[in-house]
Amino acid sequence: MSRIVVITSGKGGVGKTTTSAAIATGLAQEGHKTAVVDFDVGLRNLDLIMGCERRVVYDFVNVINGDANLRQALIKDKRTENLYILPASQTRDKEALTQEGVEKVLEELSQEFEYIICDSPAGIERGALMAAYFADEAIVVTNPEVSSVRDSDRMLGILSSKTRRAEQGEDPLPAHLLITRYSADRVEKGEMLSVEDVQEILSIGMLGVIPESQAVLNASNAGMPVVLDTESDAGQAYRDAVARFLGEDRPHRFITTQKKGIFGRLFRG
Amino acid sequence: MKGIFDYFRSPRQTSAKVAKERLQVIVARERSSRSGPDYLPALHKELLEVIRKYVQVGDDAVQMNLESEGDCEILEVNITLGDKQ
Repeated sequence: MSRIVVITSGKGGVGKTTTSAAIATGLAQEGHKTAVVDFDVGLRNLDLIMGCERRVVYDFVNVINGDANLRQALIKDKRTENLYILPASQTRDKEALTQEGVEKVLEELSQEFEYIICDSPAGIERGALMAAYFADEAIVVTNPEVSSVRDSDRMLGILSSKTRRAEQGEDPLPAHLLITRYSADRVEKGEMLSVEDVQEILSIGMLGVIPESQAVLNASNAGMPVVLDTESDAGQAYRDAVARFLGEDRPHRFITTQKKGIFGRLFRG
Repeated sequence: MKGIFDYFRSPRQTSAKVAKERLQVIVARERSSRSGPDYLPALHKELLEVIRKYVQVGDDAVQMNLESEGDCEILEVNITLGDKQ
């Protein structure tokens, strides 16, 4: 059976596309046939993060409008087996993403893929609502920072009222929290909201904590999902998150500071 | 682990604590307005206007809280008039 998972946040720049790329790649690596769909019409970027920007011929809106079929628009990932990308359109017509069109494409994807990862645009406009509307499950990406947490709470409200499941009176879709750009050092100094703080405010289950890491920018520079950088802290944290998503029980790493020696302690800060 | 200099620092509110408290307040308020009926913000505004005909109060003078118990909905309105002159 196929699962539609929306990666959402409300606020922009918190790491939705990075997370979509990492989770989709991670799921495919575990042998699950996965499609990752860019819903950010007009501001396509998932293709860049996945490193397939030069292979885009047709896009999501082309498929909705019948200018191309799904098979023509899906890009097969070159690094990872079982992984396909459906790029967003660069059209400036925000109305292009019709509910019927999105439903048709997602239904067709559901027949072939185990997981459909929907990379939501920022905000709460049509693209974001459409990315969430048909979802079975949500991953809410949040930075430990006031505006991001507030917007995530707003998005949780939308998930519980403006999705197909909500409108049909089914159980609310499960939402998982993924904290990104976490700095255990700054948390210890009292300069950053902790994992517990964010979780207490949003009160949803924790899927993972991705540390602030140079590896993320390096990966996006190279057009490679950071989960493939298995040496990096962020790559390992995403791998853990994928394992948890698949039901494995893994302890959270990278949420406490490294033990410092006596000199480190004396000269800290 | 505390460094030796931490013991001489005055105990003060960290910025993370301030952030958490501010978030808890705003998130609670936004959640209650989200779950309530659409007319609540308008009602809140008009109540403030009526009170201000008689007493000058701040924007936070009227606190509304909607709760449901079974089939019954209770709208609790708290009006703070401030210090006695």
